[in-house]
Amino acid sequence: MPNNPPKQSLLFRLHIDVPLLIGLLALMLLGLAVLYSASGENHNQVVRQLVRLGVACGAMFVFAQIPPMVYRRWTVVVFVFGIILLIAVLLFGHVGKGAQRWLDLGVIKFQPSELMKLAVPMMMSWYLSQYHLPSKLKHVVIGFILVAIPTLLIAKQPDLGTSLLIASSGFFALFLSGMSWGLLLFLAALAPVALYVLWTFFMHSYQKQRVLTFLDPETDPLGSGYHIIQSKIAIGSGGLEGKGWLKGTQSQLEFIPERHTDFIFSVFSEEFGLFGIIVLLTIYLFIVARGLYISVHAQDTFGKLLAGSITMTFFVYVFVNIGMVSGLLPVVGVPLPLVSYGGTSMVTLMLGFGVLMSISTHRRLLA
Amino acid sequence: MPYTQITIRDHSSESNLFARRAFVAFLFVIILLVVLLSNLYHLQVERHETYKTRSNDNRISVRPIAPNRGLIFDRNGKLLAENRPTYSLEVVPEEAGKVDKWLKQLVGVIELSEEQQKDFVKNVRRQRRFKSLVLKNNLTEEEVAKFAVQQHNFPGLSIEARLTRFYPYSEALTHALGYVGKINKKELQTIDAEGHSANYAGSYDIGKQGIERFYENQLHGLVGYREVEINSRGRILRTLKIEPPTPGNDLTLTLDIDLQKTAQKTLEGTRGAVVAMDASDGGILAFYSNPSYDPNLFVHGISSKDYRPLINSLDRPLINRVTQGRYPPASTAKPFMALFGLEAGIVTEHTKIRDPGFYRIPKVKRKYRDWKPSGHGHVDVYASIEQSCDIYYYDLSYRAGIDKISNFMARFGFGEKTGVDIFEEASAILPSRGWKRAQYNQPWYAGDTISVGIGQGYWTATPLQLAFATTTLANKGIIKTPHFVKQQLVRQQQGLQSENTIMVTEDQDHPPIILEHADSWDIILEGMRRTNHGKRGTARGIFRGAKYQSGGKTGTAQRVNVAADVKYDAQKISKRNLPNAMYIGFAPFDKPEIVVAVAIENGEHGSSAAAPVARTIIDQYFASQNKLAANAK
Repeated sequence: MPNNPPKQSLLFRLHIDVPLLIGLLALMLLGLAVLYSASGENHNQVVRQLVRLGVACGAMFVFAQIPPMVYRRWTVVVFVFGIILLIAVLLFGHVGKGAQRWLDLGVIKFQPSELMKLAVPMMMSWYLSQYHLPSKLKHVVIGFILVAIPTLLIAKQPDLGTSLLIASSGFFALFLSGMSWGLLLFLAALAPVALYVLWTFFMHSYQKQRVLTFLDPETDPLGSGYHIIQSKIAIGSGGLEGKGWLKGTQSQLEFIPERHTDFIFSVFSEEFGLFGIIVLLTIYLFIVARGLYISVHAQDTFGKLLAGSITMTFFVYVFVNIGMVSGLLPVVGVPLPLVSYGGTSMVTLMLGFGVLMSISTHRRLLA
Repeated sequence: MPYTQITIRDHSSESNLFARRAFVAFLFVIILLVVLLSNLYHLQVERHETYKTRSNDNRISVRPIAPNRGLIFDRNGKLLAENRPTYSLEVVPEEAGKVDKWLKQLVGVIELSEEQQKDFVKNVRRQRRFKSLVLKNNLTEEEVAKFAVQQHNFPGLSIEARLTRFYPYSEALTHALGYVGKINKKELQTIDAEGHSANYAGSYDIGKQGIERFYENQLHGLVGYREVEINSRGRILRTLKIEPPTPGNDLTLTLDIDLQKTAQKTLEGTRGAVVAMDASDGGILAFYSNPSYDPNLFVHGISSKDYRPLINSLDRPLINRVTQGRYPPASTAKPFMALFGLEAGIVTEHTKIRDPGFYRIPKVKRKYRDWKPSGHGHVDVYASIEQSCDIYYYDLSYRAGIDKISNFMARFGFGEKTGVDIFEEASAILPSRGWKRAQYNQPWYAGDTISVGIGQGYWTATPLQLAFATTTLANKGIIKTPHFVKQQLVRQQQGLQSENTIMVTEDQDHPPIILEHADSWDIILEGMRRTNHGKRGTARGIFRGAKYQSGGKTGTAQRVNVAADVKYDAQKISKRNLPNAMYIGFAPFDKPEIVVAVAIENGEHGSSAAAPVARTIIDQYFASQNKLAANAK
């Protein structure tokens, strides 16, 4: 694409990627509408979410102003700092909901794993962009180690959802950097072994229970299978056209658990049906496509890998969340990006999009 | 820092590689989206109906509405069993949580005895957890108000206004009507086994005794339903649909409450039973067993304080003496024996025997005494009934032998349940050779027959059996099974007002008794008329001045109690060993309308203790008949 500057709009000069912004805003609007319904028409929750979205957009805007060069320069520092924080969490962390995820900094509580959602793709991109693409086996192995350290630290907290997202961000960086197909096949073959190791050594009993329930939710309809059964009932009863906004009985009568957070997709599906889902997925696909477009057209390898990795991680969110509420995947706590109610992960996501916009809009004319 | 940076990088080939990989990644995204969508398609389109149903099952709960129990009226339309609103504190154990936790708190609000608390905890374990359970009945207005203020502290507990059974005549009708009470575990199993569990989903009470039990299916009615929308915590949000219950059938009995009250009054202070039947159709006019008890105590679950005296009393109020009291018929058997003698050709109308005051089986030394030591002189069949001559029947029964006697008596229903429409009925004993062999493994002796000849020995009958047999006698062989229910009012559907009356039809199961010597009926009945109205009749004093002609027979049976296992008590033994007084009778003589049977335990003489009861009842019957007739005019 020619980088001729004459037609640079105001938004471009503000480092805003317009198509991406449109996609994100569309998603947020849809998300607010569903949240209104999923929260039981709770205005407070909607307003709070709106404020968060505003803050997140502001953060995105700020991050978009920072040139990719700066990110690249600070990568190692951020990554090492993040690892130190993760270790600190395990040592002095705050226990909430049975897991050690929070670091109490006196004024605010902070989840270092959120930082790693950006730090890991940055680190991978930084490391892999040092060398020629495609990445050599040695670098791939070192890359794996770099990913494995934060992944295992987070899995230990335990936070399976986040560690999964971080692992996949690293994996996609490796994949995009051109790791060999042979190695990919080998890893695919290794997956069962990895699963076994994961099951035996790393998974807590509640996580194992989730997996078992996932495999056959109807065996325990009143216990741990309840959530997934109710969610599937909500989705299935929505049909093609849905029951209508605010009219989903499963959600309005509170049969869906965590209906405004992790299970908000069930509410959406019940009320808007398969047609609504197609619209929603189209928006997600558009954002992913735009992200990959930005990555392909990034000026250097660091930017390409970082943009690609962030975009693909965003998609992993979508896939895992929808997969888990519709019974394809076990329930791991992954929100539906920019739709689920909740702050931290949304801000992180938007920071990622800020980085994407930075990569998209900062172009050195001589490169 | 990195040392390989010097090597020349081929940027365009790296870009191409990345673009290819990004394209593959995009394909990967598309594939995964297709996977998601096909799964969602499966859920939302292919299995839509299933999930739609399950979604509705989730939110819609069907709550039963108990039907109103059918009312019970007497033959003149007076209400004998009604439904009254009462407030009760009810608990759904599943919603209330741990019993010991809230129960302690509740005691501060509503008074509960230790016993009530214990009973409740026991009941929680017995019943289905999602079904509401009564914790306390008959709340006062004050208690209702007190609890209402505190209600929010007690999830799963609520004040319910329900209709509960009330018996305005209290103990006057207990043994006939019976009563309803809480459904117990065994009854629950029966309901389940019969497939009625849905119909009882909203019901708390079930007929336990008497008519309430016998006609349970008719009185209960059909359950109604309320479809409600509930949230995930089971709270009712709104009602979607109501299917009203159909009330149970109203029963109109053949009983006459005025006659019943007369019966109750005449038996005051005795242990005994009286039953009056409509001779024309077998309908029971009065049915009273004394002592009785208040059935209302049982409706809300009787306390052990109230129950203990009832089961411990020597007078056995819980026993229904009319149908479960087994008394030797004594001389009231004589008309039947005489009829048998005539029919079997052992005696004729003109046969006379000499009564010297005792009887001897040929070649046996032992004397069987007549009740009148000097004897009755020369006695024919009329006199034998009128004067209740024992010797006549000793001779008759000795000559006939037990086999013929028991075969004949069986035709009058002795030794068999009458089939009256309550379940509490004994068949009593009609002795026979086979019976004695089975019961005692002993042969039958001629002496046994002699006792049977005067309605004693092994022979027992319930007052209802006697009334039944007397009705057959008075109707000259036409059998009318005794029954309480005259008609049922069937309510098909509320609102439709389609009402339908079932009349109790003639009994077709029992063909009439046809005698070879049809004139024997008149001979016997004349003998019974003379008992009440003859110059030497045993009940002539009692029926003196009656404005009607009637037939009857007195009986005096020695030393038998309803309860054979009564504790020895020197003070009471003498009184409790007095003979039982029996009486059967009917009136008017020409066209019998009412048949009465009376048994008074330890009443001493049938003529002095039992016959006056019958006289009072028959008088009262005619008095109210006359009043009715006068009103009709």
